[in-house]
Amino acid sequence: MNPYSSNNLDFGDEHRLGGRGRFLQRIHLDGPLLFALLLLASIGLIVIYSAGSQDSGLMLRQIIRLILGFIMMVAIAQIHPRTLSHWAPWIFAAGILMLVLVLVLGEVGKGAQRWLNLGLFRFQPSELMKLALPMMIAYYLGSTPLPPRKLRLLACSLLVIIPTFLVAKQPDLGTALLIASSGIFGLFLAGIRWRLIVSMFILMAASAPFAWNMMHDYQQRRVLTFINPETDPLGAGYHIIQSTIAIGSGGVYGKGWLNGTQSHLDFLPERSTDFIFAVLSEEFGLIGVLLLLSIYLFITARGLMIASQAQDTFTRLLAGSLTLTFFVYIFVNIGMVSGLLPVVGVPLPLISYGGTSVVTIMASFGILMSIKTNRKLVG
Amino acid sequence: MAKLDSFTLKDPIRESLMFNRRLMITVVVVIILTLILLGRLFLLQVINNTHYTTLSEKNRVNILPIAPTRGMIYDRNGVLIAHNVPSFILQIVAERVENMEATLSLLKQLITLSDAEIKRFKRKLHRKRKFVSIPLRYRLSDTEVARIAVNQYRLPGVQIKAELSRHYPIGKLMAHVAGYVGRISEADLRQLDTSEYRASSHIGKVGVEKFYENILHGKIGFQRVESNAQGRIIKVLERNLPTPGQTLYLNIDANLQAIAYKAFGEDNGALMAMDPETGAVLAMISVPSYDPNIFVHGLASEDFNKLRKSPHRPLFNRALRGQYPPGSTLKPLLGLAGLELDELQAYKPIDCKGWYVLDDDVDQRRYRDWKKTGHGSTNLIDAIAESCDIYFYDLSYKLGIDRIHQYLSAFGLGNKTGIDMEGELKGIIPNKDWKRRHYNEMWYPGETLINGIGQGFMLTTPLQLTSFTATLSQAGKRVKPVILKATQDPKTGLIQTIKPQPLPSVHQINVNNWETILGAMRKVVHGAKGSARGMGYGLKYKMAGKTGTAQVFGIKEGEQYKKEELKKKLHDHALFVAFAPYEKPRIAIAVVVENGGGGGSVAAPIARKIMDHYLLGKGNEPVLVK
Repeated sequence: MNPYSSNNLDFGDEHRLGGRGRFLQRIHLDGPLLFALLLLASIGLIVIYSAGSQDSGLMLRQIIRLILGFIMMVAIAQIHPRTLSHWAPWIFAAGILMLVLVLVLGEVGKGAQRWLNLGLFRFQPSELMKLALPMMIAYYLGSTPLPPRKLRLLACSLLVIIPTFLVAKQPDLGTALLIASSGIFGLFLAGIRWRLIVSMFILMAASAPFAWNMMHDYQQRRVLTFINPETDPLGAGYHIIQSTIAIGSGGVYGKGWLNGTQSHLDFLPERSTDFIFAVLSEEFGLIGVLLLLSIYLFITARGLMIASQAQDTFTRLLAGSLTLTFFVYIFVNIGMVSGLLPVVGVPLPLISYGGTSVVTIMASFGILMSIKTNRKLVG
Repeated sequence: MAKLDSFTLKDPIRESLMFNRRLMITVVVVIILTLILLGRLFLLQVINNTHYTTLSEKNRVNILPIAPTRGMIYDRNGVLIAHNVPSFILQIVAERVENMEATLSLLKQLITLSDAEIKRFKRKLHRKRKFVSIPLRYRLSDTEVARIAVNQYRLPGVQIKAELSRHYPIGKLMAHVAGYVGRISEADLRQLDTSEYRASSHIGKVGVEKFYENILHGKIGFQRVESNAQGRIIKVLERNLPTPGQTLYLNIDANLQAIAYKAFGEDNGALMAMDPETGAVLAMISVPSYDPNIFVHGLASEDFNKLRKSPHRPLFNRALRGQYPPGSTLKPLLGLAGLELDELQAYKPIDCKGWYVLDDDVDQRRYRDWKKTGHGSTNLIDAIAESCDIYFYDLSYKLGIDRIHQYLSAFGLGNKTGIDMEGELKGIIPNKDWKRRHYNEMWYPGETLINGIGQGFMLTTPLQLTSFTATLSQAGKRVKPVILKATQDPKTGLIQTIKPQPLPSVHQINVNNWETILGAMRKVVHGAKGSARGMGYGLKYKMAGKTGTAQVFGIKEGEQYKKEELKKKLHDHALFVAFAPYEKPRIAIAVVVENGGGGGSVAAPIARKIMDHYLLGKGNEPVLVK
């Protein structure tokens, strides 16, 4: 390390950083990522204040959640990737066990069950799985040469399918989708052959009718409504119709903060949670949307950069799949709210109110920061 | 470090290259997906912005119609006949109710709720649009409103709505005049301007309420409001107030109505009084009456059937639609015809033996007088005053049915008077042609005799009787009977009085002939042998009138009519027509008492009570007690 280096713009070479950069490096945080996340959280709070009809209590609860999330991020950033790699199988096994437990308790308690009541607080095992699966895949594929062989691939697909199935059965289609994609990204980045990818798509398409039959009524309805929302304008299609109206009526400049009529007159359902993007689009217009997407893209780019600069397979795969999963959140949420995709319960990261997802997302950024700051010092 | 080194058994350079290649692919995919999102948002926010702005405005802004306040109705002296009172309606939005049966049973514990009301509610429930509230109970009491309010948290979807509802404070007295309003039916909807009635729930169904619906209703108003998804109004953007309906003042005198109803007692019948000069209808009653208030909120079908099937037919407006044989009340008109056509001389008597035989009748059938012993030597004046049938058999025979028809028609009989109310009937004044058309039979001379004393085919309504009496009193000048006196704009207070509407007069009648006939009618009341002299006793003004008795069923030749032995239903109808004061007539009146018996003894005293009050102001003390 050269303590006299003044070049603190080159984030790639932390050993030459000085001042603030050195401090952040020492506490294992990545400055640009941290800044972008804080910016995102602030925008989120501004939108939540409007979406929640100026309810400061709602905002306060979100602030507490965000603080918890940031603490979580900082804490996880302190853990060395090697340790994470050691824990991966155990965390994964515990996650599967808890998912099964939740399902069994759900059978007993009737209806959807996603929570595990641990006395002091309630815990959502599916959220843990969002981290556990990419860790497990990265750990499993990181121990052998890439690209993986056939037997390993088969084991990997089991690793993906089992938790996905368990979560989808809860039923929580949104989370199942995110878990599955995190695993698939790991496999893709590990370099599985294109032939395999193509045949997997064909297999998925072929199994679609079976998946349809396994879906719950409300899930089937959502898909049907997505295909033609006008069939039920007061029922299931209502969400999509109202959110596209909100977005479309926002125009380029928006109706102004606190002036969204769709949201403030209750036309927009779930407006502080899953549909918060519609509030933002209505009040801040295309300009607000562009700003938000820029921040998201910056975070995604930063995550992919960290993955690219990571020095072993485990960290590469983990950083890559976590970042891409983060992007899936964004794409699925905005796609759903703007009527491109069917309605699945996926929040807009760090903007949507509530949910354990804040903690999970911040934890994944903690992992990214740990990977970033624990590279072997070359030279 | 040593542990990590074991990975280097693989080919780290190749793996790193491969990984970065894959990463680049994902970067491309991320960019493509972001562009798709941006494209979608650009489409929504820029290209289709106008479309979605319109939709969002449509969501936000609602145009709500405001019902105008219905015009009030007063009598000629300002006595209130119809007004609007606040009333509470319990209504339910089915979509907001979790369990309809549970809600209904809870409501049943809180307020009185009949099975019929629940049945009606459920019927409406099947035929409604989404999120439309359906009324369950009308006219909640204050206690009931409070009970619902306290339990509101247990009753999602249940609402209490305040509205103005029509009320008739002296309902029964005015039922056949004012009529009533009722809920707008599907049949009503087909005929009315639905845009004007978008906010209205009621419409005039009969009587004045129906006839003057267009001026009572007023003009609809609108407000543009911003409302939320639940339809709750957040703020009013623009308001265009409705124009209230006109206030109506009727010619009817509520006091006369009250006196008349009291005078009828237990009897059924009708009474009509009008100002002969202006046509102003001073009183119009049909006995029995009913309470119009029960129709305002719609009544259960069994209650309606009870009213409809009652043998006394309270819903039937006898004054306008009751067609009775005019009986002897027609005699002054026949007498006038006789004088004019010079078929008789007023003072040339005939000999009344108590029966009449047509000259060329081979059977020598006897047409009887009501007085078995006959009236002896009788001239026209006596014949009217004492109501001698034989004289008029003879006269009718001389006139022939077609000339009778012509004269009676000139007085408006057999035609509608054109009163400002719907449903008036025409009655029947026959002639030879009429019989051929309706019976396909020739006219028999004997029928002329029967019809000449107002029996047989002859039918008139109490309204027509009043109208021709008024015409007689005005020496042939005719005027349309009107119920409406004036309208008043509730905003400006501007009063518009309805002008009398003259009808074609009865022409070419010698003044002397009028005086002869009217003098004879005066003798009916004031003459020593007048058929209504009993009633005329102690009268403080001069009245001219004519009694009549209409047979309800035929009495065979030679049979005696024994009043006591007949069932009430088969008694003759008692009729009386009159006007007063004789010198300058101010009121003309017709009374029909169904199955009442004699016109002079039963119908005439009722007419006198009305006239006494109207002309002498007798009983200025409040008569208006229900």
